[in-house]
Amino acid sequence: MHSHQAAPLDWLPFLLVVLVTFEYLAAAWLQRATSAGWSLWRCGFFLLGSALLAIAFWPSLMHWAHGDLVGHMTLHLLIGMLAPLAWVLAAPVTLLLRTLPRMWAKAVVALLHRRFLRFVTHPITALLLNIGGMYVLYLTPLYALSLHNTVLHYAIHLHFLLAGYLFCWSILAAPDASMHRLSLRFRLGVLFASIATHSLLGKLMYAEGFPRGTGHGLDEIQAAAQLMYYGGDLAEMLLAVVLLTLWLRRPVERRERLFFAVD
Amino acid sequence: MKNDAHTIQNTRRSLWAAVLVGIGVMAALDEIVFHQLLQWHHFFDFSTPAFGILSDGLLHAFELLAVVVGVFLLLDLSQRGWLRVAWAKAGFFLGMGGFQLFDGVINHKILRLHQIRYGVDPLMYDLTWNAFAIGFLLIGFWLLRRARNGAKR
Repeated sequence: MHSHQAAPLDWLPFLLVVLVTFEYLAAAWLQRATSAGWSLWRCGFFLLGSALLAIAFWPSLMHWAHGDLVGHMTLHLLIGMLAPLAWVLAAPVTLLLRTLPRMWAKAVVALLHRRFLRFVTHPITALLLNIGGMYVLYLTPLYALSLHNTVLHYAIHLHFLLAGYLFCWSILAAPDASMHRLSLRFRLGVLFASIATHSLLGKLMYAEGFPRGTGHGLDEIQAAAQLMYYGGDLAEMLLAVVLLTLWLRRPVERRERLFFAVD
Repeated sequence: MKNDAHTIQNTRRSLWAAVLVGIGVMAALDEIVFHQLLQWHHFFDFSTPAFGILSDGLLHAFELLAVVVGVFLLLDLSQRGWLRVAWAKAGFFLGMGGFQLFDGVINHKILRLHQIRYGVDPLMYDLTWNAFAIGFLLIGFWLLRRARNGAKR
């Protein structure tokens, strides 16, 4: 186990979140001065996401979660599901493109259309990165390894954040425009697959005592698995509610039909 | 009302959207009352066969999305002025009863995900459970008939 004194490097994720938030707010401030403006709601969503991440990345909390599986799961929920949803709603890509000088913005758009980024922003890829990553982490010795390897530990948390962001963005395909034109029905289907595989993993972990080789007792593993199951439900239902709220906000005549054919 | 075909579509839409809500509400009641409050149902029953565990994930995902999608479909219908409340009421009870019966027969008995209560003979519990399900279904069918008659008048 590491010492409980936070090393300077332990502050890095927290400080990065503060820095990114400052950048977002500075850019939003610039945009508010223009005629197009920038919504305060979006600023609020970004701040909410940042606050959740700042809590999760607070060094002493991370230390506690490092040794406690229920704590780890709580942080996972914050970093991988709730905070990314709030950040996606803040439309950071749109803000970036509007704020950057035209040359740079064009370069970013070109980058976004590279085959690799098109690939990872597809909902099915994002689903595999997100839930597939969790299957790999908890059902293999990877989790046990991450307890003793600091680099791996941080890499895993960064993966939670990135994969969670990609997943939320690919499902909502808004407010930042998506590169894929996928129907609402298709995206709901991917969300369905996500809930099913996520709850299945929770039950598997509960029943079989995964992650193994960590020294955690079965009680702790089962409590963590249940938190994963119900916490995941909550986060994914929230995502579904947001997705359908965005749908319902469109005017009736431009609203995609969900299940019943148009007359 | 534009024409008859349109009316029939709207009644069907209202009915099915409400069926989804009924399924979701019953599943939520099951989770809240029997899993959490009474703690009769168990999160995991170690005698569940493997295919039961697999299908449980799919069912669970369906239940969660059913309530959310159902509510939004009703809101959509209502905004378009297409919602037929009498049919939606019937759909809601049919959804609740249908799910309860499905839960009582398929989930508890065939997939054996968990029993209603442990440490007792489940027979009376199963009978009561499914009697309630049939009760909800009967209310649903009665409302459906009323909606049909109302449409004729």
